[in-house]
Amino acid sequence: MSQETTAHHDDHDHHPTGIARWLFTTNHKEIGTLYLVFSLIMFLIGGAMALVIRAELFAPGLQLVNPEFFNQMTTMHALVMIFGAVMPAFVGLANWMVPLMIGAPDMALPRMNNWSFWILPFAFTLLLATLFMPSGAPASGWTLYPPLSLQGGNSLAFVILAIHLMGISSIMGAINIIATILNMRAPGMTLLRMPLFIWTWLITAFLLIAVMPVLAGAVTMLLTDRFFGTSFFDAAGGGDPVLYHHIFWFFGHPEVYIMILPAFGIVSEIIPTFSRKRLFGYTSMVYATASIAFLSFIVWAHHMFTVGMPLGAMLFFMYATMLIAVPTGVKIFNWISTMWRGSMTFETPMLFALGFLVLFTIGGFSGLMLAIVPADFQYHDSYFVVAHFHYVLVTGSVFAIMAGVYYWLPKWTGYMYDEKLGKIHFWWSTIWVNVLFFPQHYLGLAGMPRRIPDYAVQFTEFNMISSIGGFMFGFGQLLFVYIIWKCARGGEKATAQVWEGARGLEWTVPSPAPLHTFDTPPVVDDSVAVHKDNLS
Amino acid sequence: MQVKDQKKWRLVGGLSLMAVAMFGFGYLLVPLYEKFCEITGIGGRTGDAVVEQTLTTEVDTSRKVTVHFDANVNSALPWRFEPTERMMQVHPGKLYETTYIAYNRSDQPVVAQAVPSVAPGQASLYFNKTECFCFTEQLLGPGESRDMPVRFVVDPNLPQRTDLVTLSYIIYKNDEATAVLAAAD
Repeated sequence: MSQETTAHHDDHDHHPTGIARWLFTTNHKEIGTLYLVFSLIMFLIGGAMALVIRAELFAPGLQLVNPEFFNQMTTMHALVMIFGAVMPAFVGLANWMVPLMIGAPDMALPRMNNWSFWILPFAFTLLLATLFMPSGAPASGWTLYPPLSLQGGNSLAFVILAIHLMGISSIMGAINIIATILNMRAPGMTLLRMPLFIWTWLITAFLLIAVMPVLAGAVTMLLTDRFFGTSFFDAAGGGDPVLYHHIFWFFGHPEVYIMILPAFGIVSEIIPTFSRKRLFGYTSMVYATASIAFLSFIVWAHHMFTVGMPLGAMLFFMYATMLIAVPTGVKIFNWISTMWRGSMTFETPMLFALGFLVLFTIGGFSGLMLAIVPADFQYHDSYFVVAHFHYVLVTGSVFAIMAGVYYWLPKWTGYMYDEKLGKIHFWWSTIWVNVLFFPQHYLGLAGMPRRIPDYAVQFTEFNMISSIGGFMFGFGQLLFVYIIWKCARGGEKATAQVWEGARGLEWTVPSPAPLHTFDTPPVVDDSVAVHKDNLS
Repeated sequence: MQVKDQKKWRLVGGLSLMAVAMFGFGYLLVPLYEKFCEITGIGGRTGDAVVEQTLTTEVDTSRKVTVHFDANVNSALPWRFEPTERMMQVHPGKLYETTYIAYNRSDQPVVAQAVPSVAPGQASLYFNKTECFCFTEQLLGPGESRDMPVRFVVDPNLPQRTDLVTLSYIIYKNDEATAVLAAAD
């Protein structure tokens, strides 16, 4: 039994205590917890930055912050939320759940797992430190488009190094996840018996390895352009700024799916549990995920229709983009079919999953509108774009992460969270997040540009509504922190299965999951396999 | 167990190699993009320099195309730079010449490089230059001014719907060459 031997080999029988325990841990559950706590902190920091933006936009004119700082806030909010909150949250969930769901004793490379987490605090110290530098934090938008990004101060070097570190962390995490999934599944856990969360993460990990290095290349070119006299993007030296758009979005679009595919996986675990049915169309879900991943590589230029492209290229990118709606639609309809005639109950994880389903679809539709070339010339860089990507990222990815946290929290802590507070958190968040982002659609269609600290007076009312929604939604998240804190401290004891309709290996271990699980691999057959295609 | 471990490390090695290769691919996009723009003429790139003697095309006197001339100076370059003619009516297939005037306002010799572009993008591949100051670096001494010629011919295959073509130059300071010049003094 290979797993058994490896597991014992990696055991820490001499548990270090205190801070050393967390610094040197190679245990997937502890590292998962570190990732999740880190991303929660970053979520609050990035949220505070968003509130600075919404406070300034509450009324027209310049009130609270100067425009330069406003620009730093929009840039940093995006970088912190994308690389600090959403991505580490998914990696944290993967660390906790991948070994438990496939019946492995730990990740394939536990020591590297430790490194990939502990790089992150350094990366974000570098990034956040730029706020206190004389030249200020980056203020050119998270995309760091040249020439603007090259005209700022020397703090750009810190930002680029931070991005390099985040990239290295992500790539190591991805390699680890692939090695774990492909090598350490319990006997009988064939590829097409894997839970969908595992499938989506496997595909996401390949996307990470394919595109994070491209981002690293793009920012390295920025670095050498700014400090070492190259001119990749400097027209004065024969370069071309539009080239940066292409390289950046070749990374950027798959990155969008890196932030949504694991969310699809989480929702595909939760909806069957609370519908008390198996997932509808399991195989089609796997193929849909793979198709979305493939298409993500050939649609990047839809982010930059307005740079001026041949008509043929615009048509290609428009149609390829719209094609993504097909596998995504397959997923949406599969989730709905899973619920069809199920014995549904509406605990907090299910509520968040359903909120995801409805609101992510709205974000998907506004994405289709943006894909239409002639319409995009009007929507481009307007608040409509802001509304679109916040629907898919906040009510999409973040709602799915919250659903996952509520779903697996009893497994992690051994206690049930406060269901009443959880439901209040859901309804509070859902109502205010719509008050926050829905008016931004109208603002964008009416012509309000993004990333500008001031606006014309006719946009006042919708901005006020949006800001009120922002503050309510933002402060409501403190309740989420409190619920997690309370659940970690105690409460009603959770059973091993936790949820009546829950299936899968993670529910066969006790709650809280002991530090070491599956030292002896379980045997998986169709009776315990989480998903069996009900079509076959 | 041995076999399984070996398999794991081979996989990890392969994945790491993939990450390194994709880093290289990011850089590979630079020449790929250059080539792509050259072939399709996007990014406003003009047709290659052509040799006058090879121009055998018939002059299409039935057609008139308006050519606008435009000039921009990068803020780091202390020069004045303007076309002598703002506009020209040309027949496709016929060779024309016009000039741009450059004047060095500073008290230092400066080397500059002009970068051309043609709008609309569809016309860029049909705008051929037989001689252009943009092919080489330009050196002007302090206070010196110069007429710089451009000889061009519009390809008769220019799509019929296009009757206005703009030739625009941005002229930049070549920092390296200027520094070399200053060091040589």
